[in-house]
Amino acid sequence: MTDALLAAPIAVPLLMAALAIIVRKASIQRVLSFVGLGVALAAAVANFVRVASDGEILVSRLGGWPAPVAITLVADRLSAVLVLIALLVSTVVLAFAIGQRAADERSSFYHPVYLIMVAGISQAFLAGDLFNLFVAFEVLLMASYVLLTLEGTNAQVRSGTTYVVLNVVESMVLLMAIGLVFAATGTVSMAELPERLAALPEGVAVGLNLLLLVAFGIKAAVFPLFFWLPDAYPTAPSSVTAVFAGLLTKVGVYAMIRTQTLLFPGEFSDLIVVIGGLTMLVGVLGAISHSDMKRILSFHIVSQIGYMVFGLGLGGAAAIAATVFYLIHHIPVKTSLFLVEGIIERDSGTSAFSKIGGLARRSPMLALLFMIPALSLAGLPPFSGFLAKFALIRAGLEDGRCVIVSVAIVVSLLTLVSMIKIWVGAFWGDSPSPQSGVVGVLRHQRVMGLSTGFLVAVTVAIALAAGPLYRYCLEASNQLLDIAQYVTAVRSS
Amino acid sequence: MNAVEMVVIGVLFAAGSYLLMERSLTRIALGAGVIGNGINVLIIATGSRPGEAPILGRADELVDPMPQALVLTAIVIGFGLLSFLLALAWRNWTISENDEVEDDLEDRLIARRDDDARTSAGSSNERNAS
Repeated sequence: MTDALLAAPIAVPLLMAALAIIVRKASIQRVLSFVGLGVALAAAVANFVRVASDGEILVSRLGGWPAPVAITLVADRLSAVLVLIALLVSTVVLAFAIGQRAADERSSFYHPVYLIMVAGISQAFLAGDLFNLFVAFEVLLMASYVLLTLEGTNAQVRSGTTYVVLNVVESMVLLMAIGLVFAATGTVSMAELPERLAALPEGVAVGLNLLLLVAFGIKAAVFPLFFWLPDAYPTAPSSVTAVFAGLLTKVGVYAMIRTQTLLFPGEFSDLIVVIGGLTMLVGVLGAISHSDMKRILSFHIVSQIGYMVFGLGLGGAAAIAATVFYLIHHIPVKTSLFLVEGIIERDSGTSAFSKIGGLARRSPMLALLFMIPALSLAGLPPFSGFLAKFALIRAGLEDGRCVIVSVAIVVSLLTLVSMIKIWVGAFWGDSPSPQSGVVGVLRHQRVMGLSTGFLVAVTVAIALAAGPLYRYCLEASNQLLDIAQYVTAVRSS
Repeated sequence: MNAVEMVVIGVLFAAGSYLLMERSLTRIALGAGVIGNGINVLIIATGSRPGEAPILGRADELVDPMPQALVLTAIVIGFGLLSFLLALAWRNWTISENDEVEDDLEDRLIARRDDDARTSAGSSNERNAS
């Protein structure tokens, strides 16, 4: 039963993707997609409940092979909650994309590729060995290349090229790192590696860790490896950008958390804190300098990644718990902001402030849908972002890192400034095009509005359930720091 | 790992890195392929001692099949990537009659700002002269 439940979030979307490639008819593809994501989501909920209730680590060896040969899937508290939230968000975004009627009616490849990407994301969260993680990255990257360039327009091909080439380089660094890890230790299993890496000479271990950090750093878009992100993301359709923004960079952050806590505990903590601070600062400065909603939001991704990297660098149970909380809060918040942007773009044809405006008068509901996640991202109480930032900053102060904490607070204020810029540019004032000034924006976009509203409700729910959720994150963080528990759970399975 | 393998890996990495720096997407794709092969040779060369083919039932001095499995997977993935890159290059060719990777938007905006500043400075000079 454990085997089936752990494999379902990967296998079911893949199976449905295979069927969807064969049928090619949009209406049937939609059913297949929702069935696939629904079954995967149910399995993820079941896994989450089991992991949350008794705190055991679920381990599955696919195919029943013995230890070093089998593909191991591992769900601890961190993995289980991330798979759950990733599947939830991707199901909502799929509903939005169908409401948008953009992607899936123009190309019969949208559904299969989307399902393959979701399978890759689940696999990356559940992978129990480094090579499996590499394969998961490749699966989700390959699918993301196709989604990004699905329409094949000039802008998409141009920015898609940068994205593809950068990620090809990232894959190579990752593959090389994993090859060298195997050469040095003779295993790629995450349960065997902590012991064997600790036995290596220090120089070798540092080199391997740096290679892995660079690879995951490109994927997570940390300073100075972030420049591909604000260039590539804004050209895709909003439904695609939303799921990229919510999930793909977080897979990189997850891989960083996993390797830095399990394989190389506390090795580069100062370096990671500095990288986190610079990522926050550079990202938010980029956001302030732009006057297009989609570009501002893309730069915000970079700046928010900085907070998570900063928490990871601090180390310690409280800081890592805050990082996990930040991760959980950030996925739905960021995605819902991009969905609101998608509604605006669908209505006005653009998200540049020179061509939109006065949306608050036309649709107060849409303004509310934007305001809640925007204030949450900027870290204002009582929203989830405030709690996440508060937990991080408290952990930083307890650690006595005043400089980085003040950077985090300044960046938070600058985030608010850039959100106000969006508010003034898009929601206040008068609409520049007089003919579109009468009809409500959401009236013709029920499905899009409802799915965005649902995701915003999820972010509010995170803030309301912050107490139990933070306790869960603290338990997850203790589990991450307890390497022996992971190792024995995998070995004894 | 012997000297020949080291030299082969070094040459493949050097040639691949050089090609990756190029502006034309076809060459970047070739560079990705060449570096990918370099990494595959690296994994095989460092990951296992030479030995007999790992076939079930043969007992003595087998080679470790694990790196070979890794490389086999990596080759398949690399092939997929290469074909996608070539498809992208072809699409780029049909759109813009070349397969060069263009500057990104920020670069072009800054270049345009420079140009604007220069032309406005030039025109004000002309006005002063007249």
